[in-house]
Amino acid sequence: MTDRTRILLLLGPALVLVGGMVLSALGLALLRSLHLFPVVAPDLSAYATVLGSPGFLASLALSVWIATVSTALAAALALALALLLRRGFPGRGMVAVLVQLNLTVPHVVGAIGLLYLVSQSGAFARLAHAAGLIARPGEFPALTHDPYAIGIILTYIWKEVPFITLILLAKLQTLGEGHEQVARSLGATRWQAFRHVLLPQLAPALAAASALVFAFAFGAYEIPLILGAHAPEALPVAAWRAFTDVDLTRRPQAFAISVLVAGLGIALLLLYARLTLPQRGRHAG
Amino acid sequence: MRAETWRLLAGVLVALALVLPLVPLAIWSGAHGWRYPDLLPQQWSGKAWTLALSDRGGVVESLGLTLTIAIATTALAALVGVPAGRALGLYDFRGKRLILLLLLAPAILPGIALVLGLHDLFLRLGLVGTTGGVILAHLVPVLPYMTLVMAAVFAGFDTRIEAQARSLGAGPLRTFATVTLPVILPGLLTGALFAFLVSWSQYLLTLAIGGGRVQTLPLVLYSYAAAGRNDVAGAIALIYILPGLAILLFTASRVTGRGFGAVLRP
Repeated sequence: MTDRTRILLLLGPALVLVGGMVLSALGLALLRSLHLFPVVAPDLSAYATVLGSPGFLASLALSVWIATVSTALAAALALALALLLRRGFPGRGMVAVLVQLNLTVPHVVGAIGLLYLVSQSGAFARLAHAAGLIARPGEFPALTHDPYAIGIILTYIWKEVPFITLILLAKLQTLGEGHEQVARSLGATRWQAFRHVLLPQLAPALAAASALVFAFAFGAYEIPLILGAHAPEALPVAAWRAFTDVDLTRRPQAFAISVLVAGLGIALLLLYARLTLPQRGRHAG
Repeated sequence: MRAETWRLLAGVLVALALVLPLVPLAIWSGAHGWRYPDLLPQQWSGKAWTLALSDRGGVVESLGLTLTIAIATTALAALVGVPAGRALGLYDFRGKRLILLLLLAPAILPGIALVLGLHDLFLRLGLVGTTGGVILAHLVPVLPYMTLVMAAVFAGFDTRIEAQARSLGAGPLRTFATVTLPVILPGLLTGALFAFLVSWSQYLLTLAIGGGRVQTLPLVLYSYAAAGRNDVAGAIALIYILPGLAILLFTASRVTGRGFGAVLRP
């Protein structure tokens, strides 16, 4: 058996399964969004309707806002947490275990937990009442079902800081502290050693993890379902609502949204691949 | 203050923030009504747990279904993913980058980008609303994950020990069972446990392909929360995070930071 045959036999089933399902899903969504399947006259009306509707644009803006703010804050906090966990302090092991524990908690649990924590009748509102800060639930700031999607963003930060932190810790472990120590011995301040030596080495891993988080926060359904406002809805909630609408003419619009989101996803995929996959013909770490 | 004191303080804050959202869930699960503005429930009761653990609540049944789906998905993913990981870990070939890109796609493409098209595909295959359909659909995020973990495992695998076993007269099956498997087992086990968690955590994919008829634990959890049964939702949430907790405690002893990096998903 040649290597070529062997590779084909080993990889075949996985490729047929994943490739078959992923490419069919993307292809069918594209065809359905163009009214091409089952065969009707192809047209772009679904895209025209979606892109011309204020509701879609508001949902798109909301999802971009949620994904951008969640990713930026989670990345910054994760960088700080990874640097903290690199150093020794009493209780470090405990924090490290909690970081890993959080990673195994499903998002839907985090979202409901956060709802019971920060809603206007939640645990924090009760604490505020006990402290004499508010008299009625309505006086507590709206952090869930609110126009700024603060509850949604808090859930993503809660879930994704540990995710990015663990990726950074793995990277820090392979890097070691040699380069920084050389920089310090050559007269660099601690800030300079971090800014000009460590950060550039961490940047690809941080960017790759951030791309994953952005894509997830942009496209996840259950968190905005639980914590989001009625209008505008986050894009995945709006797309699912259009998809399950009794008015079947809205289905092509739902497919059009999913194709537009897939376009963004493919751009993020290529960025992620650039950052993590070894380039052909040159060695990358 | 000394730097170490600052770090301790920051560590305490982080630990608190990581646990905080789970606290109201635990309180609700034992509350007999918990009206605003009471800081703690006036009365405690086990009725949420009784309902969750009885036949009436649908939780026990859902737990079994969720376990079945996650275990079947993981087993299928291992069966197909181990050979695929071997090819990717041991060989360099044309088109490898493209295949890696295809395998990364389900991890990176936002859920809503694939779910509607998958629903359409599964509808045509007559699989919407079936447990088998949900298992097959869960392979979309789980199988690439398993394959990439196994590729990392096989990248450090020395095939010469297999050649030695073969030259000593062992057949291919025996070589795999007695030589290959023991070497890849720790990686396979870690990969399988986290693959289980990926399936265990699916929400939208199950909702779409299950067509409302395959009620896994996250869907039941949401139903109770949406119906205002915060106490039952709290109990289900605690049941729902148990496998993750168990897996973490089991792997924490064997997985170091380096190994963990290969098995992460948001």
